[in-house]
Amino acid sequence: MSGKESGYLDMELLRFTTAGSVDDGKSTLIGRLLFDSKAIFEDQMEAIERASIRSGGEDVNLALLTDGLKAEREQGITIDVAYRYFATPKRKFIIADTPGHIQYTRNMVTGASTANAAIILVDARHGVLEQTRRHTYIASLLQIPHIIICVNKMDLVDYKEEVFEQIKADVEDISSKLSVKDVRYVPISALVGDNVVTRSEKMEWYDGPTLMYLLENLHIGSDLNRSDFRMPVQYVIRPQSKEYPDYRGYGGRVVSGSLNVGDTVKVLPSGFTSKVKTIDLFKDSLKTAFAPQSVSVQLEDDIDISRGDMLVKETNGHEPVIGQDIDVMLCWFNDRKMVPRGKYTLRQTTSEMRCMVKSVDYKMNINTLEKDSDDLDVGMNDIVRVKLRTTKPLFFDSYNVNRNTGSLVLIDESTNETVAAGMIV
Amino acid sequence: MDKYQINHLRELEAESIFVIREVAAQFENPVMLFSGGKDSIVMFHLARKAFWPAKVPFPLMHIDTGHNFPETIEYRDNLMEKTGARCIVKYVQDTIDQGKAVEETGINASRNKMQTITLLDAIEQEKFDAAMGGGRRDEEKARAKERFFSHRDEFGQWDPKNQRPELWNLFNAKKNMGEHFRVFPISNWTEMDVWQYIYMEEIELPSLYFTHKREVFQRDGVWMAKAPFMQLKEGEKLEMRDVRCRTIGDVTCTGVTLSTANNIQDIIQEVAATRVTERGGRADDKRSESAMEDRKREGYF
Repeated sequence: MSGKESGYLDMELLRFTTAGSVDDGKSTLIGRLLFDSKAIFEDQMEAIERASIRSGGEDVNLALLTDGLKAEREQGITIDVAYRYFATPKRKFIIADTPGHIQYTRNMVTGASTANAAIILVDARHGVLEQTRRHTYIASLLQIPHIIICVNKMDLVDYKEEVFEQIKADVEDISSKLSVKDVRYVPISALVGDNVVTRSEKMEWYDGPTLMYLLENLHIGSDLNRSDFRMPVQYVIRPQSKEYPDYRGYGGRVVSGSLNVGDTVKVLPSGFTSKVKTIDLFKDSLKTAFAPQSVSVQLEDDIDISRGDMLVKETNGHEPVIGQDIDVMLCWFNDRKMVPRGKYTLRQTTSEMRCMVKSVDYKMNINTLEKDSDDLDVGMNDIVRVKLRTTKPLFFDSYNVNRNTGSLVLIDESTNETVAAGMIV
Repeated sequence: MDKYQINHLRELEAESIFVIREVAAQFENPVMLFSGGKDSIVMFHLARKAFWPAKVPFPLMHIDTGHNFPETIEYRDNLMEKTGARCIVKYVQDTIDQGKAVEETGINASRNKMQTITLLDAIEQEKFDAAMGGGRRDEEKARAKERFFSHRDEFGQWDPKNQRPELWNLFNAKKNMGEHFRVFPISNWTEMDVWQYIYMEEIELPSLYFTHKREVFQRDGVWMAKAPFMQLKEGEKLEMRDVRCRTIGDVTCTGVTLSTANNIQDIIQEVAATRVTERGGRADDKRSESAMEDRKREGYF
């Protein structure tokens, strides 16, 4: 690390997603985070003021900041995932802001796929609703490492501790049935600003951190799998130049674990092993590469390796599973229903192959969290457990162990659309 | 930060390199759009990193409006010579000469919109199946909903309401004949990230980004540079000022900032203190509330 990278450039990146509808005060909360961290500029504020007046509102509508598309502003709804950015001296934040209604489950899943943390808003007046259950379930399905339950609009329930404690107990009741690791609870008022960036003076009974403090201090160092080295090969780098006549580097991103020069790696699917000769990133030669770095790796031996293969380390007992029959939790994204025994293109890491849906085991009712084995018709926003058969061996880890080697998407071969996201069980 | 952590810039860099390599692997004939502005300079730097020690395996393409600052063209030519990259240049003037576009008239006339026609023509002629651009999601509200891999129909149009979901790092590049993709490798970077990265990587920039004396005039609250094809309105008068560009587009639609910043660190401080977005000085965005969305639908960068 050069001198320039220490000091004020020494910031971490945290991605979080927010789920909820306008009524929960989600836009107000995002607006406040952006405003208080000075990420909203004067000309943006002016533009929002102009648009608010045009749409007939009296107050400045911060939702207009995230609802960027014409259709969204006209209909007053969020259609798509919007990405927002802000930074504090400690961290840079990427917000994937997603709409909370059930018909937008696919957007929530999309936003959740890369998130370190999820903020789930609960209106203090209404308590835990079906949608809270849905949001918590999706956060657990996508294995978001940290969940922050913000009990919002505390000002409208006289800042009563009992209200907060009741909601907390109700959410704990849900989360105990799900596989969630780290759940935090913060009583806030996004409108007034209580416990968002500054501590509320009206809730002395609450001795936990503010939302901003949590976002700045959540321990994200172990969000990625740090133990199992995996690097799907993306691109083979062969300069064939005078200077580098024999250079053969495997370009790819370390998705988990770490790799040292001299380590023995195994190549999947061939199973051959070799030692790491060099790890390069531009003109820097590295001794070690670790997730999520993008590097180029040279091996000692001349092995036939191409895109879609994977370099793994076999030192720690955990090796990817190699197989053609997989169990997957699938979230369906398309108006065209899933075709029973239908064939789709499957993308996982850098490999692509065809697959067939062999069977649907059950459909998840994401509002009641019950499994339904009778209605196996799979349409938009349905979450189902299926068995897939692939045309060639897939090497994967369970999604719970490794989000990168355990995730996949299905593509409709006639429309080219991404029709489903899958998490390998 | 422990030994196995990288800072936010290195993480963004790793993500962008991953995206650029995916483009090279998944498309047959990709191209990287290059404007000579800081975002495309950073994007090209990332491309060099992605394939080093091999050369960047695709050409660059500059859509030249003929209204560029001369410093931009000079910088571009030097950079190509130094890195051995190939840059295709397509001229908006040719599009006009072929009768495919008519020059705007009036005091705020600009060739900004016409670039789209030249760009789409070039993509069709050269049979490019992917064009990488330096657009960032933080720039503008319509861009905030853009995908990394953004599908364009056979007319080059963007349908924002019907975008493919994009999860994890799995990019779907499937398309039919005649369709293409726009890919935005630095989607997740902010203006500040770009500047900090330029500082960290010691990337050379066109002189326009640093303070210099220039004849300027004020229009609608924005300082504009004097240029041969710029007409002055009544009441506008030229003054010599210390200025620099915050973004580089055409002379006709790029405002300049009064500034004495002559190094990257000063610029970073200026960016940190400023209360107006960088596109706040771009007349092309101010045409209407959805100016960017409308242009993007048609196939703009």
